[in-house]
Amino acid sequence: MGKATVGTLGEEKRVDCNIHLETKRSGGIDLELHSKVEVMYGDANRELIREGLSFFGIKNARVIIEDYGAYPFVLQARLETAVKRAIPDINDEFLPEFRDKCLYKSPRGRFRRTRLYLPGNFPNFMINAGLHNPDGIILDLEDSVSPTEKDAARSLVRNALRVINFYGSERMVRINQIPLGLEDLPWIIPHNTHLVLIPKCVSCADVQKVDEKIEEIKKEENISQEVFLMPIIESALGVIRAYEIASASTNVVALAIGLEDYTVDIGTQRTKEGRESFFARESLVNAARAAGVQPIDTVFSDVDDVEGLRKSTLEAKSLGFEGKGCIHPRQISVIHEAFTPTEEEIEKAKKIVTVFLEAKERKLSVVSLGSKMIDPPVVKRAENIVRLAIKTGKLDENWRNNG
Amino acid sequence: MKIGGIMAKDYKLEENATGRLVPTTINGEKAVPYQGVGKYKPTGKKATPPIATCADYPDDGNKVVGDLKTVLLKAGIKDGMTISTHHHFRNGDFVTNAIFDTARELGVKDLRWFPSASFPCHAPIIEHLKSGVVHHIEGSMNGPLGEFASKGKMKGMGVLRSHGGRYQAVQDGEVHIDIAVIAAPTADPFGNANGLYGESACGLLGFALADSQYADRVIVVTDHLIDFPCYPWQIQGNYVDYVGVMDKVGDPEKIVSGTTRITRSPDRLLIARMAAQFLRDAGIMRDGFSFQAGAGGTSLAFVDYLSRFMREANVKARFVRGGSTEFLVEMLEEGLTDYILDGQTFDLKGIESMREHPNHVGTSPFTSYNYHGKGMFATMVDAAILGATEVDVNFNGNVVSHSDGMLLHGIGGWQNTLFSGCTILTVPTFRNRIPILVDEVTTLTGPGELIDVVVTERGIAINPERKDLIKAIKGSDLPIRPIIELKEEAEEICGGKPGKPKLGNRVIAAIKWVDGTVIDAVRQVLD
Repeated sequence: MGKATVGTLGEEKRVDCNIHLETKRSGGIDLELHSKVEVMYGDANRELIREGLSFFGIKNARVIIEDYGAYPFVLQARLETAVKRAIPDINDEFLPEFRDKCLYKSPRGRFRRTRLYLPGNFPNFMINAGLHNPDGIILDLEDSVSPTEKDAARSLVRNALRVINFYGSERMVRINQIPLGLEDLPWIIPHNTHLVLIPKCVSCADVQKVDEKIEEIKKEENISQEVFLMPIIESALGVIRAYEIASASTNVVALAIGLEDYTVDIGTQRTKEGRESFFARESLVNAARAAGVQPIDTVFSDVDDVEGLRKSTLEAKSLGFEGKGCIHPRQISVIHEAFTPTEEEIEKAKKIVTVFLEAKERKLSVVSLGSKMIDPPVVKRAENIVRLAIKTGKLDENWRNNG
Repeated sequence: MKIGGIMAKDYKLEENATGRLVPTTINGEKAVPYQGVGKYKPTGKKATPPIATCADYPDDGNKVVGDLKTVLLKAGIKDGMTISTHHHFRNGDFVTNAIFDTARELGVKDLRWFPSASFPCHAPIIEHLKSGVVHHIEGSMNGPLGEFASKGKMKGMGVLRSHGGRYQAVQDGEVHIDIAVIAAPTADPFGNANGLYGESACGLLGFALADSQYADRVIVVTDHLIDFPCYPWQIQGNYVDYVGVMDKVGDPEKIVSGTTRITRSPDRLLIARMAAQFLRDAGIMRDGFSFQAGAGGTSLAFVDYLSRFMREANVKARFVRGGSTEFLVEMLEEGLTDYILDGQTFDLKGIESMREHPNHVGTSPFTSYNYHGKGMFATMVDAAILGATEVDVNFNGNVVSHSDGMLLHGIGGWQNTLFSGCTILTVPTFRNRIPILVDEVTTLTGPGELIDVVVTERGIAINPERKDLIKAIKGSDLPIRPIIELKEEAEEICGGKPGKPKLGNRVIAAIKWVDGTVIDAVRQVLD
């Protein structure tokens, strides 16, 4: 007979619940539900809990639930965690139905200007995160989840992946540091995770272990879709090995830097000016470019400092970064604006793309603009600017035909 | 007025033009079921207050008679009377509770309390409802009062009216006020009063206008008595019988806020930005236009976004209607609008501006909202941006009750502002697993034919009747979606169609439309 409690910790309880479960030898299911949404969803909640208990084969139990308006996928995740804490040998997953809106794909070469971090054990911000149009949404299992709640966060993140419409944002999960992070993978890979962030990455072995584990799960689950990787460099050693890490697997599409841990590691403090991290950031850009992946900057942690964020993003852009982390949806549009190419950049890019396409049509092997020869990387960069200009509404999709 | 417990057997129910069952008598007095927008046109004369003569009032103009108890006794307070108060002091009002405490002390019973709105600070009235000092409330009932009434514990039937509807009811003689108590931040001994000066400054006293004009006895109560003349005289002493003096009429910190804050919620900011963009992209935001927005966090954000768009497009409004806040004041000072036509003032900047700026003009429910007048400002506003607790797929709105059936808000000016050229409700599709977009509103407060646009975090729905707006917004990148689709998305997230509250037969409150007809009834919520 087991006994367990799961649920919200601390003051923020909205759209979450607390479940106390005690399995018994007899007496059937004794369910006590106190719900903020009793009138609207009390009966539906009771039905869901009974269905879950029966799914896990629990016939006799006392269940007490304090419900603060938990959505069904939250209730389901919390119940599963309570059951697994009470009866550790249960392995079944009480899965909500996989919604069609969660099945979209994410292209390898997409923009990754913004990635919004969401604490993985905290359902309230998940529901509407996609409405703010970040390029990626990160359900975080690492630093935002306390060590005692990893199990609860895993089932919540898994259910969120199956249920929440992120409206086209890339579906990302930050797993725990390797080796613990390897245990996170079975919870997320079968549920259309587009990209896995590997935190505190220090070696190409870290990347390869993740890659192998993902391949193993894909094989078991019969998944053919690629799962991309974004290692996060957060240490002096990681910076030294950045190129090695970025080229450890063809699934690596981006390389990010995390400065909070890095500055501690090199024995200093983070400043707004960021002189202490200049070497690391530029090394990372260089390594990422050398490996042909996107260099991505750290988060800007002062949510209220909009001007500071804008400056920091423009600086990141000038250093060669293609994206930045967000800890609040309000940061998204500021970063997107800062990464939006200027009129000047767009005009120049249009010219380069035009001469390139013309040269291609005329089957010329050398592309030149005026007296200057245009190398393939320059064309690629120009194409990126044009693509970004179109995405941000600065340029018409048919700009070549419309003059 | 019928005294005693009003039970379901005491009135008949009739289907009104919207199909809602409404009582045909309220507390023993006849009530007319709602007939449709602009359909009910009563004939006859307005209410007639008694003729007064100067011979009965002191030549030196000094009507100060003493404390609150003395003025209430002078005014002849007795059983069954209607006592009116006003919500200018919002949650910082000291006067209302003092009136009914005094009534209890004097042994008076079965009073009808007729406030322009109630606030959580009025929870002590529950004790007076229980003990019989107050028979019932005609005015907004929120928080603890709403719960008390919703559970069927109030003896009489409550009546909820809009700000304009309250003026109309008094003017048309539907509600006869025996004693009006007007709490004033500043007054002179003659009874002239305003809300611009004094420690309890609140801006305007417009909600007390009808009461001063039509009540049998009019009392001004102040904690800041100055020598005659108290000018501007928002309340004119010529209507006033007695002036009472209190130590403190209110708590300044709860009357207005020192600073008004824009919401930080990303979802609300998104809604506010889309609403502002809608006005821009639909061409409503053009030189000389006008709009009205409230003082909630989303409305402030809306004003902020709209100001940015106006600056970018070099567009200027002719007037903006408030609830004024520092955000409207900034628009006025920056020249983004020629005038603020203010109905109530929400912060210190608003009050200061009203004192100092000649184009920050006070209005009243008479000028802005009275449906039985020769026109009203509300119809002349190009766009109104409002909230709601529920909106249904037919664009009907509810602002008075919660989906669990409990009364929780007053109507305020909401019904009145629906008459704007483009009425926009800014609401989330759901909030903490409570669907806001529903199949049918719990309580019908505003008919869908007057609600043009619903802006949610998941898209914007335009009333199909507004073909002009649908055409005007073509080419905008705003997500325009059918309302039913937005509702279905909300239901999918929340876990299906929400259950309905268990309601009893007894009608605990009637919801009046702006013309005095009954648009819906609120029933007792069963445990």
